[in-house]
Amino acid sequence: MKELVFKEIDGGKPFYMLLAFMGLFVLTALGAAWYMEHNGHWVTGMNNQIVWGTPHVFAVFLIIAASGALNVASISSVFQKTAYKPLARLSGLLAIALLVGGLAVLVLDLGRPDRLIIAMTYYNFKSIFAWNIMLYTGFMAVVGVYLWMMMERKMNGFTKAAGTAAFIWRLILTTGTGSIFGFIVARQFYDSALYAPMFIIMSFSFGLAIFILVLMAIYSGTGRPLGDAILFRLKNLLGVFIAAVLLMVTIFFLTGLYATEHHDVVAFILNGNNIYTKLFWVVQIIMGSLAPLALLYNPVTGTSRAWIAIASILVILGGLAQIYVIIIGGQAFPLVMFPGMEVSSSFTDGVIASYGPSLPEFLLGFSGIAIALIIVTLALKVLQFAPNSLADADVDPHYAAAK
Amino acid sequence: MSEESNIDIYRRRFLSGTATAAAGLAVAPGVLLTEVAHAKPADQAVTSDVRWGMLIDTSKCDNGCDDCVTACNEEHNLEGFGRPTTDAQWIRTVTLKDKQTGNVQTLPMLCQHCEHPPCVDVCPTGASFKREDGIVLVDKHICIGCRYCMMACPYKARSFVHEKLHDQMPYSPRGKGTVESCTFCVHRVDEGMSPACVEACSAEDHHAMTFGDMNDPDSELSQQLKQYSSRQIRADLELNTGVRYRGI
Repeated sequence: MKELVFKEIDGGKPFYMLLAFMGLFVLTALGAAWYMEHNGHWVTGMNNQIVWGTPHVFAVFLIIAASGALNVASISSVFQKTAYKPLARLSGLLAIALLVGGLAVLVLDLGRPDRLIIAMTYYNFKSIFAWNIMLYTGFMAVVGVYLWMMMERKMNGFTKAAGTAAFIWRLILTTGTGSIFGFIVARQFYDSALYAPMFIIMSFSFGLAIFILVLMAIYSGTGRPLGDAILFRLKNLLGVFIAAVLLMVTIFFLTGLYATEHHDVVAFILNGNNIYTKLFWVVQIIMGSLAPLALLYNPVTGTSRAWIAIASILVILGGLAQIYVIIIGGQAFPLVMFPGMEVSSSFTDGVIASYGPSLPEFLLGFSGIAIALIIVTLALKVLQFAPNSLADADVDPHYAAAK
Repeated sequence: MSEESNIDIYRRRFLSGTATAAAGLAVAPGVLLTEVAHAKPADQAVTSDVRWGMLIDTSKCDNGCDDCVTACNEEHNLEGFGRPTTDAQWIRTVTLKDKQTGNVQTLPMLCQHCEHPPCVDVCPTGASFKREDGIVLVDKHICIGCRYCMMACPYKARSFVHEKLHDQMPYSPRGKGTVESCTFCVHRVDEGMSPACVEACSAEDHHAMTFGDMNDPDSELSQQLKQYSSRQIRADLELNTGVRYRGI
């Protein structure tokens, strides 16, 4: 293999156009956040029954995807697959960027975002939220050090150690994110230890889908060569992750179908006359899992860059739908306080809670993605994250020779 | 004398003045206050010697009566904005209909003041806390409005303040963007009185709610709890709730 040459991207007109476009998203989101905080959350779709809305869907998606985006680097540094080495820096960068984007959305959706400093200084160590605050900030630090080890020639010897630490940290981090839901004993759809491993598998899939898209965008945008060898490896891996998520989802619902106690909530999600059932079957399963699986492994579409990109986009949309069903659907199902009773009250006890996402919530959610992309774009401009060439001959001579 | 201790004195005077006025108003119509043991001096810290609790006898709950709800709303000035899904409700009447038998009951639902409150466990900043005497509260100064406690509460007892508030009660501070719930009328309990809902229920001669010290074997509450069978809602979670129900 030739020695890799990493180089900053050029800052031409497209570079500034992209930044300006993404910046616009961030500005509207800041306006939306101000509007929500100024008027109070009644202007959103949220209420006292659905307390976490669309911003949480985007935030949790981005946080999960962040840890997954690091996988490519882990495969290189921890599992010593040299083919992934050229991508490791970008993988670490994307992980940090997605996490920052997700956290920004989460913070701006707080009832009191001005009290962020309190969240940083007052800790209840029994709270899984508090653990997560430390896991998130720690993740950025650990991945930051890992990037330094990779990018500073003198420190290269420590890459494996730092990469291993980051890999372990990310597994714990996603366990923590999943357990935010897994530890909620009060609600029928949560309270399952499966959330932790399911979120880890989901992170593999969502993170890789985003990574593939960002990689393709960078290389086509900068006119640098991107060979089939590396891209096909990634898309095959994405297929494996999609299948693994399907397996976890199947097990999750099977356990629910077995116990009578959970029949109602499982029927609500899988066979209800509501948006969650549609999102589950149409967007998450058919569009977001089965279709990309078929596209990625079909010999024709699986070797087409356009179809690989479409499959990756579908995985992202399916992932957003999955998180929407988990977060909003899980809250919409009424709390079971009195088993065997029909319950009614002025506080919507016993009925499916309604939730309609509002424009400010969507704008805030989208800004998470915009923030992540701005960070990636700026970092590519000022530091050497992306190799000059990912052509087959440069990264995998055997593949190039066999072709 | 420092300025700070002056403020303390003013505050104490103001609070005791408010409390006296409230007590006067309550006694004026000839209502006999339910006697609550262990009223403590203001400068004395609460201790775990006391555990405040409540027994609700649903058989005495009149269908359609919501005096406890009205009393709570007035006591804490829980103004409504005509938006039922986002307006705060600290106590609500819940109607239950047995799917098998068709039997219908109503009961008041409020914060159950658990011994092991899930809201306190999950709160990242410690804003949700339990006093030594068992009353579960939210410190509005360090609540960041993350709403995780609302996700975790098995009783849907908490409300998020969705809009700007007016004319707050000085003894019951609230804030837009923070979470709140029943305080067991801690400001009244510390003055030796019962919560507003209990008092309203007694004033109407329903006596469906009994408030008192669960740790004092001689309190009326403990006597009743000992004499009659009662249950906790979602007893399976083993939260050891401070609010118990008879007749369900």
